[in-house]
Amino acid sequence: MSKFRLSSQTNYKAVVIGGSAGSFQSVTKLLATIPSDFELPILFCLHRLKHVRNGFVEALSIKSNKAIVEPLDKEPVRTNGVYLAPANYHMCVELGNTFSLATDGLVNNSRPSIDLTFETAAYVYRDKLIGILLSGANKDGAYGMKKIKEKNGLTIVQDPDESMINAMPTAALAATEIDMVLKVDEIIDFLMTLHKQMKR
Amino acid sequence: MKSNPISKSYLYTANDNAPDIEIADLRRLTQLIKEKYNYDFKDYAMSSFKRRIKRVIDLYKFKTVDKLITVLDTTPDFFEEFVSEITVNVTEMFRDPTFWRVLKDQILPNVLMNHDSISIWHAGCSSGEEVYSMAIVLKEMGVLDKAKLVATDIDSAIIDKAKRATFPIKNMELNSKNYGRFHDDATRTLDGYFREANGEAILNPDLTKNISFRRHDLVQGGIFSKFDLVLCRNVMIYFNQTLQNNVLNKLHDSLFKYGYLIIGSKESLIWCEIANKFIVVNNEEKVYKKIKD
Repeated sequence: MSKFRLSSQTNYKAVVIGGSAGSFQSVTKLLATIPSDFELPILFCLHRLKHVRNGFVEALSIKSNKAIVEPLDKEPVRTNGVYLAPANYHMCVELGNTFSLATDGLVNNSRPSIDLTFETAAYVYRDKLIGILLSGANKDGAYGMKKIKEKNGLTIVQDPDESMINAMPTAALAATEIDMVLKVDEIIDFLMTLHKQMKR
Repeated sequence: MKSNPISKSYLYTANDNAPDIEIADLRRLTQLIKEKYNYDFKDYAMSSFKRRIKRVIDLYKFKTVDKLITVLDTTPDFFEEFVSEITVNVTEMFRDPTFWRVLKDQILPNVLMNHDSISIWHAGCSSGEEVYSMAIVLKEMGVLDKAKLVATDIDSAIIDKAKRATFPIKNMELNSKNYGRFHDDATRTLDGYFREANGEAILNPDLTKNISFRRHDLVQGGIFSKFDLVLCRNVMIYFNQTLQNNVLNKLHDSLFKYGYLIIGSKESLIWCEIANKFIVVNNEEKVYKKIKD
């Protein structure tokens, strides 16, 4: 697995994953592979219907090895947790490692907005954050990836050639330095490699 | 210095290249505001407060927090506008339709079983969508005449807007859709409650007569009355844990014993000191009942 630039650093604290149109199957595949003892909290911000509160967690849970939770406001971000931004709320991370939710206006026509999850997570986790941006139809997440890179976090986008809709990964590539451009299977391999190294 | 330092751009574009706002900057800002205007933003949730401040800086092209501090220090007239800009005023009628169903089927009948009248406080009422939704529900239950509704917000400009009971036509599709979901009947709309004029939807005045609006700051303001029901949905998400505890104490003190507190669907009392003075009535819709003084 030499293609992955894990280098010396494996002391990551969290993974944020953004996705929109065309990312659902990649997310379910990832959740079906990541083992239940994967330590890092994984924070998903996926574009979803604003006024459908229930159903998405259940759909993602079918094949997942881990329980998926829509966090409540001020809920602590836990090791081992998998979180999904709730419908019609922005999901942010606060210093002190808790979630905070917000109902401000749409950002990039989205609520939840990937940019807000990524930006606030970058501020809290600094260079200990891994940001992954999957297929999607707008530019949400590009600014967030830029903020992650500014803090020296690790940035990964889904290969635009593989993405069903490549606007989102392409926008991120234009906005900032991306450490790795990977196919979904390689993103999963990367997380599994990281998992094994952390277990050592 | 330019002759008019405060000009707002009407098309908001975020400046993606602006440097991060530091916590130290925000501290200086909240300190100045506290000293000069006696508003306390110190315990607002950092991520959203910072975002709102960045928005103001971009909107007025201040570029730095220092510039904003100077303007606030030298231009008292600007302060009210500033409060309006940093307050989040995104709301809709019948937001979370399933909550309104629980309210109509369980909560309101429960209160009215034991009382001839009902008093309700909408804390953080924004442009009024929630309190007017309440008026519609009460009207449909035939008890609006028995109700006293108080709606408060920190932002005077939004209170003035709420008093007009007038909404942009473009919002009415969503408002009506929520209302249809509330009744579990997509054919029902809000049309009968509004008339249209000048591209706006104006609520029938008979729905507004039992509502009083007033400016009230949950952070600094005191307890002004007691209520059977307090709704404070998606307001405390903008506060940190310390401030949430402080505000919850006030909401608790503003409720009669066995009164109901309703918060946003993704909020919780779990982490709050006062949780043991309430029981959960409906966890999905975040309805709590005060059981201890």
